[in-house]
Amino acid sequence: MNTLHKKLSVAGACIASILSAQAYADYSVAIAGPMTGAYASAGEQIKRGAEMAIADINAKGGVNGQKLKLEIGDDACDPKQAVSVANAMVNKKIVFMHGHWCSSSTIPASDIYNEAQIPMATVSTNPQVTERGLKNIFRIMGRDDQQGGVAGAYVAKRFAGQKVAVLDDKSAYGKGLADETAKGMQAKGMKPALRESITAGEKDYSGIVSKMKAAGVQVLVYGGYHTEVALILRQAQQAGMKLMVMGGDTLSNNEIVTAAGGNADSVLFTFAPDSRANPAAADVVKRFRAAKVEPDGYVLYAYAAMQLFQQAATTAKSVKYNDLRKALAGGSFNTVVGKMSFDAKGDLKVPAFVVYQWKGNKYEAVK
Amino acid sequence: MGQFIQQLINGLTLGSVYGLIALGYTMVYGIIGMINFAHGDIYMVAAIISVTVITLLAALGISAVPLALMVTLLVVMAFTAVYGWSVERVAYRPLRTAPRLAPLISAIGMSIFLQNMVQLTQGARVKPIADMMPGQFNLFTFDGFTVFLSYTQLMIIVVTVILLAIFTYLITRTSFGRQQRACEQDQTMTALLGVNVDRTISLTFMLGAALAAIAGVMVTIYYGVVDFAIGFVAGLKAFTAAVLGGIGSLPGAVLGGLIIGMLESFWSAYYSPEYKDVAGFALLILVLMFRPSGLLGRPEVEKV
Repeated sequence: MNTLHKKLSVAGACIASILSAQAYADYSVAIAGPMTGAYASAGEQIKRGAEMAIADINAKGGVNGQKLKLEIGDDACDPKQAVSVANAMVNKKIVFMHGHWCSSSTIPASDIYNEAQIPMATVSTNPQVTERGLKNIFRIMGRDDQQGGVAGAYVAKRFAGQKVAVLDDKSAYGKGLADETAKGMQAKGMKPALRESITAGEKDYSGIVSKMKAAGVQVLVYGGYHTEVALILRQAQQAGMKLMVMGGDTLSNNEIVTAAGGNADSVLFTFAPDSRANPAAADVVKRFRAAKVEPDGYVLYAYAAMQLFQQAATTAKSVKYNDLRKALAGGSFNTVVGKMSFDAKGDLKVPAFVVYQWKGNKYEAVK
Repeated sequence: MGQFIQQLINGLTLGSVYGLIALGYTMVYGIIGMINFAHGDIYMVAAIISVTVITLLAALGISAVPLALMVTLLVVMAFTAVYGWSVERVAYRPLRTAPRLAPLISAIGMSIFLQNMVQLTQGARVKPIADMMPGQFNLFTFDGFTVFLSYTQLMIIVVTVILLAIFTYLITRTSFGRQQRACEQDQTMTALLGVNVDRTISLTFMLGAALAAIAGVMVTIYYGVVDFAIGFVAGLKAFTAAVLGGIGSLPGAVLGGLIIGMLESFWSAYYSPEYKDVAGFALLILVLMFRPSGLLGRPEVEKV
C-alpha cells in the first residue's frame, strides 16, 4: 500500500513537472504548408529553412531567454485542411506562424489566426491575402499584381508581335497571377490570343497543347505551379512546338529541370531578387550547402520569417499579440532575404521582382 | 480539320489509358460485385515502380526499347500483382461476409495507406524519366497544322486493343473464366462444386493489378513524369469510364474510357478545358438516367 502510494505520488510529481514545464516552456512558433501532396517540395523547402533558422536562434540563446520550438502543419494546399491545421495550431498556443504557402490555404486560415490573435508572415502572393484588412498578416514577398505587372510588361516587350496564350490552373494563386499578367500585357498594348484554365493534378494536357498549336501560339503565360508547366512543356515538345513560358515565383522550384525533360531552358519566371547572392545570407547559404540543401525557392524566406519573429520579439521584449504586432508593423528588419518593412496593409514597402530564366540546372536573371 | 484529327488521336490515347485502368475495376467488380477503391493507387504504385526499373535499366545500359519495355513490364507486373493480392487479402477477404459498406471503407483505407506509404518511402517530389520512345509519325499537314501520332501514343492504343482481346478470351473461353463467372453467380454453390473461390478471387485481383501495372508503365512512358498522387484523379476517371461502359463488362470499360477520353479532348479543344470534368460527369449522369446499367452492361438478372 505504502509503496503504491509512493509510486503514485512520484508519478504525480512527474506529470505535474511535465505539465508545468510545458506551461512555462519555450515559445512555440509554427510553419504550415504543403508537406504532403503534389506541392510537397515547397513544403520541404519551408521546413528546411525554418528548422535551420530555429536551430541558429536557439544556439544563440533563443528569444528573450526562451528557446523556440517548431510546430509543423500540413495543409497539402487544401483550404479545408488548412483550416483544421490553423485550429490545431491555435490549440498548441503558438505565438507566431509562417504560412501557409498556397494563397487558397492562407486566406481561410488567416481568419482563424486573426481571431486567435496570432501574428503571421506569409509568402502567398494573392492580393486578397492582405486586402481583407486583417491586422495580423505580414507578407514577406511581393504581390501578384506587382509580379504580374513586371511579367506582363516583360512579355509585351520581349515577345512583341508573337501570339501569347494565357493559362491558369484555377487556384487562387494561379488565376490571380494569370489575370494580373494579362492586365500587365494589355497595359503595354498586347492582347492574349487565348485565355483558358486547366485542371491541376492531371497528367494529360495534350488537348490544350493542340489548341495552342492550332492557334499558332509561341509564348505561354502560365499562372500556376511548376508540375503542370513541366508536363505542358513535354507535351508541347512532342507536338513539335517551340514554346516559351512566362510564369511566377513557383517556377523557381528546381524540380522543373528534370520534370520538363530538357525543356526547362525556355522557362522564364518572376521572383524576388535572388537572395542567395545577398551578402547577409552568405554564411547561412554556406551552411545550407554544407548540409546538402540547396537554399533555393522558399528556403531562405522561411529562414527570414523566423528572423523577423526573433527581431520583432526582441524589440517588443514580449510575444504578446499587441506588442509583437506593433513591433512587426513599425519596425525595419534585417533578414537573409534583405531589409524588410511593412505598409499599413502588411505588404512589403519595397517589393522587387526580377525576371529569371532557367539555364541548365540554375536560374539566372535576364535583362 | 488538322486540329480535329489531332484531338481525335489525343482523345484515343487518353481514352485508352482510362480504358486500361477501367478494365481492372470492371474485372474485380465482375467477380465480387464491389468496386476496388484501391485500384487507382495500385496503378500509381506501378507507375512509381516503373520509374525505378526504367532508371535502373538505363543505368545498366539497357535502353533499347523492346527489351527495356518487356523487362519493365514483367518486373512491374510481378510487383504489382503482389500488391493486388495483398489488397484483397487485407481489405476484402476478412470482410467477405460483412455488409457491403465495410469492405468499401477498408479499400478506401488501403488507398490512403498506399499513397502515404509511397510518399514516405519515395518522397513527395515528382519522378521524371527521360523520353523513352521519342519520335513520331507526321501524318499530314493541313492549314499549317502538322498532325502527328507519336510512337508512344500508337503503342498505348495497340496495347489496349491487344489486352482487351486477351482478357475477353480469358473470361469467356478458359476454365479460369468459367470459374470466375460462376463465383459471380453464387459463391457458395461454386465452392460446393469444387471450385476454390478464394483462389479465384485472389487471382482476379492479381490480374486486375497486372492491368493497372501495364497502365502505369504506359503512362510513365507517355507523360515522363509521375508522382505519388496520380492515382486519385486517374482512378476516378477510370471508375467513371467503367460505370459509363457498364461495370462488369470488359469491352464496356474500354468503350467508356474512349468516350471519356474523347469527350475531354474535344471539350478542351472546342469549348474550354476548364469545364471538361463537368462535361464528363454530366454525360455519366445522362447515360445512367436512360441506361442504369451503363452502355454495354446487362441489367442485373435474378440469381437462381
